[in-house]
Amino acid sequence: MKRSMYGRYGGQFVPEVLMPALAELEEAYDTYKEDPCFLEELAYYMKEFAGRETPLYFARNLSKKYGTRIYLKREDLVHGGAHKLNNTIGQALLAKYMGKKRLIAETGAGQHGTATAMVGANMGFETEVYMGAKDVQRQHMNVYRMQLMGTTVHSVQSGSKTLKDAINEALRDWVTNVENTHYLIGSVVGPHPYPMIVRDFQSVIGDEVKRQIMEKEGRYPDSIVACAGGGSNAMGIFHPFIDDREVRLFPVEAGGCGLKSTAKEALHSASLCIGEDGILQGAHTRVLQDRYGQILESSSVSAGLDYSGVGPELAHLADTGRINPCNVNDEEALEAFYELSRTEGIIPALESSHAIAYVMKMAQSGELGDLVVVNLSGRGDKDLETVFSLREMKDREVCL
Amino acid sequence: MRIQDKFAQLNKMNEKALIAYVCAGDPNAEATKEIVGALVRGGADIVELGLPFSDPVADGPTIQAASHRALDEGMNPDRYFELIASIDAGVPLVCMTYYNLIYKRGLEKFASDCARSGISGIIVPDLPAEESDDLHTACREHGVDLIFLVTPVTNKARMEKILGKTSGFVYIVSRLGVTGTRADVSHSTKEILSRVHTDVPKAVGFGISDREQACEVIAAGADAVIVGSAFVNIIASGENVNERVETLTRELKQACRSGN
Repeated sequence: MKRSMYGRYGGQFVPEVLMPALAELEEAYDTYKEDPCFLEELAYYMKEFAGRETPLYFARNLSKKYGTRIYLKREDLVHGGAHKLNNTIGQALLAKYMGKKRLIAETGAGQHGTATAMVGANMGFETEVYMGAKDVQRQHMNVYRMQLMGTTVHSVQSGSKTLKDAINEALRDWVTNVENTHYLIGSVVGPHPYPMIVRDFQSVIGDEVKRQIMEKEGRYPDSIVACAGGGSNAMGIFHPFIDDREVRLFPVEAGGCGLKSTAKEALHSASLCIGEDGILQGAHTRVLQDRYGQILESSSVSAGLDYSGVGPELAHLADTGRINPCNVNDEEALEAFYELSRTEGIIPALESSHAIAYVMKMAQSGELGDLVVVNLSGRGDKDLETVFSLREMKDREVCL
Repeated sequence: MRIQDKFAQLNKMNEKALIAYVCAGDPNAEATKEIVGALVRGGADIVELGLPFSDPVADGPTIQAASHRALDEGMNPDRYFELIASIDAGVPLVCMTYYNLIYKRGLEKFASDCARSGISGIIVPDLPAEESDDLHTACREHGVDLIFLVTPVTNKARMEKILGKTSGFVYIVSRLGVTGTRADVSHSTKEILSRVHTDVPKAVGFGISDREQACEVIAAGADAVIVGSAFVNIIASGENVNERVETLTRELKQACRSGN
């Protein structure tokens, strides 16, 4: 099997103009991931800038209410409010060692864009972020945050005006400026070597969980639950456990308003659950598409999960049965958002609320076992406006 | 008509080729037939007909917009091949599309549909040589050329690999970036043409929109000029489309006749 492949998934389906840049990136990564200076600097940033390690918090009230021991991996406490910074620190350092002067990134909810803006400002890159116009509107606090840190934010007007279209625009920028620019992809998607690099930088989450859960419980968890859009927080917490087959792994996708589609749009973002084989934005993976292979627009209450594809390694792990794809709908995610806020005093991101919702839904079934770790990938401050406007709509008895 | 036969014919007449791109189904299938007629009357030697994809990452705003107009009008691969079969252009037709549409239809079926409907070659901008073995096999079996792209950043080793695979012609991307018209094309074109050593005809595209630029490209040693967005802009305007397409084609073709 080629190194760029996960089973039949993965690969490098990009314009020829990007192939040398992908080769350069892979070579640089292979060199620096074992370079003591690089690793020392990475460790420094992770500790002093990002604030790692993050706690593995025993959610006492939630556990009591749902009858199973629930731990939350507090990635919401990472600087910036989400796990995204783990990856942007790693890739920005790589870009610095490679001599690149400019960073570009796509962003959905704005968390990856913010995390890119942070490292861009800190390490002195010229930074530009592409964000779908619809996401600019629903996450405008994050737009201000990026701008505050000196990043230029481009509002993308094409297609569904969400994450997929932001990636298209970022790719077009990269095609044009490939010689001085590093494309800092925010998830385990896109052409090889990105799914591998992002997974590796995010694996710090799972590595810490392994150590922390042994200290607290003396054993590995029965199950790990993480939300999955592109899948970076899921791969980050799953990857170190892949060979520990007794640990069950649950990526929770956005079920949106139900697993149905219209001619051009899916009412959900559940590409692992019901997507089909296809090629999207550089990788062979599972995608939401029509019978001809036109990509369907996805949909979710959470901008960060609103994506028509998913990381190729997750597609492979689903095929082999190592992970158990599942989904919860918008309403269940919103309930979980309120539930965690009230029971534990922690406001989760709408993305992470999907993982919480699945635990709430399934805890009593026994499927998750007696010891569950949930990746609380981000905090919910950015979602307050979305949640309040939905509640107002509901109060006026307008259907979600 | 095979692409190589077209180039052989032009060689005898000491002419270079004009390759014209339009998006099939923009603004609708009937109009595309008429536009192809205008292109051929104006002197286009090969016509590229884009099969529109929802997420065309290698295309600039002009062709993105054309793709969406065509998709909104209901263009899809079934209708595309029906349209191709109904066109009697007398020049080779080339399909330009993205890999997911080919993959979804099945490589074998896509190649056979091309051959049956009258497509002589396929260009897939998001399929690099490394990922192309299966489609290459399917195309060879059905006698369809698979045309690859090289760019200013393609190094020597990759250049050799790609030139070993491409047939019909090699598509030389004259500058970094997406499709679309540009003011300056000459400098990087000369540089890359000096590095492309092959018997396969060398066609230069991306950014060429007028006769002067076409002349420069021919003078730099290209065997063909590819023009796309300039035609698509005329189509998008909706004004005297066929007449203006024919006129622009004629001007560009003059550059291909008088260049050497």
